[in-house]
Amino acid sequence: MAEAPFGLLAELTHRCPLQCGYCSNPLELVRRDAELPTEDWRRVFDQARSLGALQIHLSGGEPLLRPDLPELVAHANSLGCYVNLVTSGVGLSRDRLRSLAAAGVDHVQLSLQDATRAGNDRIAGIKAFDRKVEAAAHVLAEGLPLTVNTVLHRQNLDNVAGIIAMAEQMGAERLELANTQYYGWALRNRAVLLPTRAQLAVADPIVAAAQERLRGRMEIVYVIADYHEAHPKPCMYGWGARQLTVAPNGDVLPCPAATVISSLEIENVRDSSLHDIWHHSPSFNAFRGFEWMQDPCRSCPRKEIDFGGCRCQAFQLTGDAAATDPVCSLSPERSTVDLILETEMAPSEVLAMAMRKMR
Amino acid sequence: MTTAVALDAVPRIRRGVKCAYDQIRSAHVVLFPEGVLVLNETAASVVALCDGVRSVGDIAVALAGEYDGVEPGDIASLIARMVERRVVDVDG
Repeated sequence: MAEAPFGLLAELTHRCPLQCGYCSNPLELVRRDAELPTEDWRRVFDQARSLGALQIHLSGGEPLLRPDLPELVAHANSLGCYVNLVTSGVGLSRDRLRSLAAAGVDHVQLSLQDATRAGNDRIAGIKAFDRKVEAAAHVLAEGLPLTVNTVLHRQNLDNVAGIIAMAEQMGAERLELANTQYYGWALRNRAVLLPTRAQLAVADPIVAAAQERLRGRMEIVYVIADYHEAHPKPCMYGWGARQLTVAPNGDVLPCPAATVISSLEIENVRDSSLHDIWHHSPSFNAFRGFEWMQDPCRSCPRKEIDFGGCRCQAFQLTGDAAATDPVCSLSPERSTVDLILETEMAPSEVLAMAMRKMR
Repeated sequence: MTTAVALDAVPRIRRGVKCAYDQIRSAHVVLFPEGVLVLNETAASVVALCDGVRSVGDIAVALAGEYDGVEPGDIASLIARMVERRVVDVDG
């Protein structure tokens, strides 16, 4: 039997007031009428806890768009889970936050798109900056710990010092600076988002210095730009190892991006229990452990560190989900990534960002 | 890099960190923003005494009655690892 998962990422809805062109949701967004109703989410939380999950991340889209959010928070809390609210901050009034805190939210993760109002609102596609600043103040006033999340890319990487300063000003205990990972919307907008080597060379030491300066006050988690690295990220710390995702329509995913692997048979909570899906489904067992690996991963000592990298990236860039993540310098397909860097970091014409929207 | 914790330092559980018993794993756990720590029996006893009142030395004395061979230095290094994981804060 596989080890129990520690966390459930509950994507309560794909609806969102923001239109970020690197959204981690899939291109095919789940529409409102296909979302799981309250009683199904309650059952999903029950099953996740019985399976071993101790953290429930309430995410989306924007989870505040679900009117049943306080009830879902209270239910997750009653199970003894750590409840993490992942939000854009839009719609998080003082009263709303107070009722969510009373229902049992333990921690708030607030997205920030850029250091300034103009930059933030251009990337988000709506006027959201002031509301984020207000939301952060409400979180602090309520005495909840705050993490600020910023996705980094060519359009905001030069402002990383300002982003760090903004997170400090907002009173964050943690700041996640995550270079864009290219799936879904981000893959579509890759030529506008890929940072240049020069940008990374300036940003990396700024982040390192801030990590040192703010030690003990604000923890900075820095997620690398993997196309520029020699080794892949330890994606999900292994497939079906620590966390599972339930999409708004009840699809159960080994990772939030897993729908890109078109050969994967996705199960749904309307048909099976999370226990059966986690332990017995073909999708969760497809890339568990090391048996599925081919060389160079199979005989590589780094497989214990990076688990062969990301299955979705392998599928997207090589057509084989069981291949070595092609960002790895040992991958026979590394040239694919180098060609992308060469052509897309300095595109002959700068394209417009395709803003996220439901079709 | 783990920073040393002095014996007169006073540890307490950080804001936003929850301690719980997980019946599924039959273990004490610490839950915090992006992680879960599954504690062994000794670590669970130490965490339970990180109350913002007792010093590291006090905790070592309290546990010496319960366990054989408790060294204050071991308690201090365990707490230092908890500080590193942002589960515990120390004053003093």
